[in-house]
Amino acid sequence: MLTKRIIACLDVDGGRVVKGVQFLNLRDAGDPAELAAAHSQAGADEIVLLDISATAEKRKTLLETVKRTARELFIPFTVGGGIRTLDEAASVFAAGADKISINSAALTDPSLITCIADRFGSQAVIVAIDAQRGNDTGNYEAFARGGRTPTGRDAVVWAREAESRGAGEILLTSMDRDGTGSGFECTLTRAIADSVRIPVIASGGAGSAEHFVEVFREGHADAALAASILHYGTTQLADLKRELAAAGIPVRWPC
Amino acid sequence: MTIAIVDYGAGNLTSVKKAFDFLGQSAVITSDADQVAGADKVIVPGVGHFAATQALWSSGLKDAIVSAIGKGTPFLGICLGMQWMFNSSSEAPGVAGLGVFPGESVHFPSKVKSPHVGWNALQTRGDSRLLRGMPAECFVYFTHSYRVPVVDSTVATCEYGGTFSAAIEKDNLFGVQFHPEKSGAVGIKLLENFCGLPC
Repeated sequence: MLTKRIIACLDVDGGRVVKGVQFLNLRDAGDPAELAAAHSQAGADEIVLLDISATAEKRKTLLETVKRTARELFIPFTVGGGIRTLDEAASVFAAGADKISINSAALTDPSLITCIADRFGSQAVIVAIDAQRGNDTGNYEAFARGGRTPTGRDAVVWAREAESRGAGEILLTSMDRDGTGSGFECTLTRAIADSVRIPVIASGGAGSAEHFVEVFREGHADAALAASILHYGTTQLADLKRELAAAGIPVRWPC
Repeated sequence: MTIAIVDYGAGNLTSVKKAFDFLGQSAVITSDADQVAGADKVIVPGVGHFAATQALWSSGLKDAIVSAIGKGTPFLGICLGMQWMFNSSSEAPGVAGLGVFPGESVHFPSKVKSPHVGWNALQTRGDSRLLRGMPAECFVYFTHSYRVPVVDSTVATCEYGGTFSAAIEKDNLFGVQFHPEKSGAVGIKLLENFCGLPC
């Protein structure tokens, strides 16, 4: 049986792993290569590295960080953050990424999805969607630029378009839940997971094993992302997988 | 010993090379037919559309591969490379495969999400030199939309919308639908087994 994936996410700023709450208040959480290896060892099914560097100067270290992290990592490795062109994607792949994740650039120019998928395959292209529930409508809106810019686009409609343009997976982040540890937003996750035929990775809000059980059962997620709950002691990942297995969720355990 | 990783323009081969670097084996990514024909071991990886395998025929690489196989050189097809070892694929009608295993690669049924992405269990069967030392049930990483049938040479199957061949093995010919280079310790063990085969 195909297992539900637990993906460890490393938010990287200037070559260091950081983690914030609702996209703000960043704290240093360690070296990306070391943390990726530790998570892999502890049972992470994949690693996602998101470069959240605000400045071009800091962004220059990205390829070096990717290369160093990828060198002895033998599980799927996704890199996202600031990738705007096919050439930029190509250099991230050459540095050792298996998949790239694009967000703002795809919103600006959706043909970029197709362009990268044609060259590297759909399995290598993840479209990341940062979504927030509108106060008035109750619908979910996609945001660009790390949650700073509203786009006016409905997140469900955008996910369908991304699929039709060649995305291989959707990485869906609830901005309301990000870093809060209060649980995934299952309604949003389910709305998108039931609307597309490609895997959906739920993100934002992981705080306990029950939250993961909920997002797989109620949210119909194919995978779920965890960041802050993992960085301060990686044994938690093994505990998490053990608890998911005990709850009857198919997971890769023991690895 | 030289391992030739055949580059025919189908996807990113960095990960495969990296795994052999980790094992201390000298592997080269190459599109040179002579280098492929003369290698001690040959690997055809690849992701993407079956039509991409046409490049193997037009570039002379297919003849180099056939010649290496004829000499008994161990050959491993990964993902699209494994599908290419069969007769054909419904993804690209009219594009011939190598045809060393019988059957056609077909799309997953519509009742399951496609592509099949993630870690799924292998059910191993019979003796396998490639899977030696791996647990009878273990998890490996897949990412594909087409699959090949179970044949006499199947040494591991996988369940997703039905049963399909996850690993095949016959004489010096080996194929895996999953990605050993992305399957953690289990996958590294498989590649180590491949490196250890007599040339």
